[in-house]
Amino acid sequence: MSQAKLEFLEASKTFWNPNKTQFWQDAGVDLVIDRREGYCLYDMDGKRLIDVHLNGGTYNLGHRNAELIEVLNAGARRFDMGNHHFPALARTALAEALADCTPEGLQYTIYGAGGAEAVELAIKSARNATQKRKIVSIIKAYHGHSGLSVKTGDERFSKTFLSEDTLNEFVQVPFNDLTAMEDALKARDVAAVIMETIPATYGFPMPHEGYLPAVKALCVKYDVLYIADEVQTGFMRTGELWGITKYGVTPDIMVIGKGVTGGMYPISCCVVNERAGQWLKQDGFAHMSTAGGAELGCIVALKVLEITQRPEVASMVRYISDFIRAGLDDIQALYPDFFIGIRQNGVIMGLEFNDPEGAKPVMRHLYANGVWAIFSTLDPSVLQFKPGILMTQELSEDLLRRVEVAIGRAAEEVMAGGRKRTA
Amino acid sequence: MDPAVSNLVDISATPAAMHAKADMVLERARWASQVFQRYDRDKTQSIARAVAEAAHAKAGEYAAWAVRETGFGVAEHKKLKNELSSLPLVDHYDNADFVNTRIDEATGIVEIPKPAGVVFALVPSTNPIATIYFKVLSALMTRNAIVISPHPAAREVSVDAVRMLAEAAENAGAPEATIQVIDEISLPLIDEFMKSPKTDVILATGGTPMVRAAYSSSNPAIGVGPGNAPVLVDETANLKAAAGHIVDSKSFDNSVLCTNESVLIALDKIADGLKRALASAGAHICTSDETGMLRNYLFHDRGFNVEALGRDATWIAEQAGFKVNKRTRILITPIDMIGVGEQLSREKLCPVLGFYSARSMDQALRQSRALLRFAGAGHSAAIHSNDDQAIMDFAAAVEVYRVVVNAPCSQGAAGFATRLAPTFTIGTGFFGRSSVGENIGPNHLVNWTRVAWHKDASRADISAAAMNLKHAGPLPRAPADGVPGQGRPASVAAPQGVSGEAGKDQLREQIRAIIAEELRTVLKGQRDG
Repeated sequence: MSQAKLEFLEASKTFWNPNKTQFWQDAGVDLVIDRREGYCLYDMDGKRLIDVHLNGGTYNLGHRNAELIEVLNAGARRFDMGNHHFPALARTALAEALADCTPEGLQYTIYGAGGAEAVELAIKSARNATQKRKIVSIIKAYHGHSGLSVKTGDERFSKTFLSEDTLNEFVQVPFNDLTAMEDALKARDVAAVIMETIPATYGFPMPHEGYLPAVKALCVKYDVLYIADEVQTGFMRTGELWGITKYGVTPDIMVIGKGVTGGMYPISCCVVNERAGQWLKQDGFAHMSTAGGAELGCIVALKVLEITQRPEVASMVRYISDFIRAGLDDIQALYPDFFIGIRQNGVIMGLEFNDPEGAKPVMRHLYANGVWAIFSTLDPSVLQFKPGILMTQELSEDLLRRVEVAIGRAAEEVMAGGRKRTA
Repeated sequence: MDPAVSNLVDISATPAAMHAKADMVLERARWASQVFQRYDRDKTQSIARAVAEAAHAKAGEYAAWAVRETGFGVAEHKKLKNELSSLPLVDHYDNADFVNTRIDEATGIVEIPKPAGVVFALVPSTNPIATIYFKVLSALMTRNAIVISPHPAAREVSVDAVRMLAEAAENAGAPEATIQVIDEISLPLIDEFMKSPKTDVILATGGTPMVRAAYSSSNPAIGVGPGNAPVLVDETANLKAAAGHIVDSKSFDNSVLCTNESVLIALDKIADGLKRALASAGAHICTSDETGMLRNYLFHDRGFNVEALGRDATWIAEQAGFKVNKRTRILITPIDMIGVGEQLSREKLCPVLGFYSARSMDQALRQSRALLRFAGAGHSAAIHSNDDQAIMDFAAAVEVYRVVVNAPCSQGAAGFATRLAPTFTIGTGFFGRSSVGENIGPNHLVNWTRVAWHKDASRADISAAAMNLKHAGPLPRAPADGVPGQGRPASVAAPQGVSGEAGKDQLREQIRAIIAEELRTVLKGQRDG
């Protein structure tokens, strides 16, 4: 490690986040991201990493996508964040574009600056529309860290800040369990169910066939709004623009973030139907956000929508998903005792390993072999594996080559360790 | 998306946008080509044949459309060209194998075909559909992906034709997007395609500037220069047959094929007889006044008057200022010099033919060489003669790479009235500042990896291994878990090597799960302890 990097890491501990900085050093990932381009990251000491973490799809179109840079630069010659009190050209243009391409009935866009804020908006809108308080989410769900959103998730994130739900307003049920879901909704006192279409931080367990539509049907039955958190499943990552439509569900509210601006200028969106958006007609000043839907971000988002809807992209996603899956199947055949499963929808993938913490050594060996992928925080036996939707054939092949080596080494380490311990 | 909405800040004309557009199309083509290279020969040929059939069926419709859109040529001739570039093209290469390994018996060297990958193809306005058919089928027969860049003047018909072929290819099992078309063409965009490192080879047919641009792109390019074919008729020729071929050739699609005859060079002795034979075959022999009018009409300071390109002889005469018989098929302009100073010795993509009388065979050869030095080097020439020595002397003297004998040059040099390889891309070789001097065909879209043993090694028989290379075929579709009908069936989901019926697989899965669970418990116990 260079002297410059050592000094930088000290500064990071001193001024930014001592624990997190140290965590990565201990985990064998001494990454300090400097240059970034396409689907590659470069450590400040020069090491190249193929990025299949993409910050949950934020860099879906690649790091510093040239068209997004261009539109951001051009946009900056005319726009800034804008004034959140007034009708705004870019905000309305994006809202119109979203109404056009989101599932049927979604009409208004309420803006935030980050995903949690959009979840906040979704919950508030649902409560206003239904005049009920309860929110049902999934055990091990992840919807952000702000006041209301953090309560929908695992207590691992709320307890530290004494912010867990104490009023029984936030109920959590197991994923893929319709009976539990119905039990939670039966009393008709629930405002909304919020669901990641495929729970990311939980390692992408895939919804069972028919599960999501059945949840939606229960929502209809018990007068509950369905909030689709499409932050990680939107923007063609499943091969369709929105993951939720691929599962055949029309939500009342859709939350989008991350990839919406390709990581170039953060905004998030909460898109609501007429019912969920009724407060917008009653008291439009009820919620405000100065940075919400910054107009420069909207300009970038319009370009993201245009790019992702090009006909070339849909077939790229199919090719990438098929090719990488075929390669992963081959790798799994080599290490079947360690690499025990692949969860997949499009380029959203979870790789399952035969150890409760199995994804951590895989992550470390991937890092050593020039690939950056992260374990699932809420289920570290699963590695989140998230290639971009414009991956080139060449890079995909290079990725698989490195993954095979890394999984082989991790398998050797973990399985040998296992035997030694048993002996 | 409504453009008014998406273009609040419009960057569509910026280099970044152009680059991204080209890059995306080419990368998609790269994916297609990589999958296509997994196909075996039977599948490859069946795709090419299915596409050729679809092409053949629409030959007439597109011929009429092309004439309507461009104003060039003759629909019925275009139909014929389109037909010739579909099924007969695939038939022609039916015995050529661009997919399987071959062994050179003499040297024992094993050769494995490696497709170019992504072909970028420029298509002219004069022969849009035939060229598209030809290039697309050549790419398919060699398992290449192809991106077609139509000429702006023939954009609509070209885009429609390419899409039709792409659909036929996909229906026959070709990888998605093996065939693509650029629907909104602009020079900066074409430039991006040509210079992109994702383009493996450029097949350039078109005007000189475009061909030169292809060669300057830094990518491998197979380009063709303009033609300007001399046709020599000597005293041993069958004049009636020669006249018939020449008139057929010059009137074929109104001379838009670059292989058409430009100047007829006749030996003095038979010049008058030939003129009579030409006239009875449907030619109008111009007076010197009419020749002057045509010279003025056909050539501007900037070169050939494109208005006349591919028009009927009668129409051209009228535009030039004189009337001819309605049945006139070509116009013949006697000239008394060739080269600088005589515009009519340039390439004329219209049914106008120069006529020069030479005193001797030597003079005729010198004039033929001069004509090609003036324009059209490396392209085509024709001779009508029954003197084998004269034919060979002519062929040795002229700086071209194909000489058509006693046949129409338009069709003959392109391989349709001769046994040359049928093509719509004529390699003009070194004389024409090109890399290839042959008629371009699918063979030019493949390179071969040659596997060579030590020269002293005994010749082992490796034919079994060489012929046993695996062609895995299309990629299996990745499952979309939880989506009805899109999960992968258990037998496919099982890792390769674990074959057998589903029940066996299931059992193995269960055993694996049990072992996994045990391991997990053990590991957990160790950690907790």
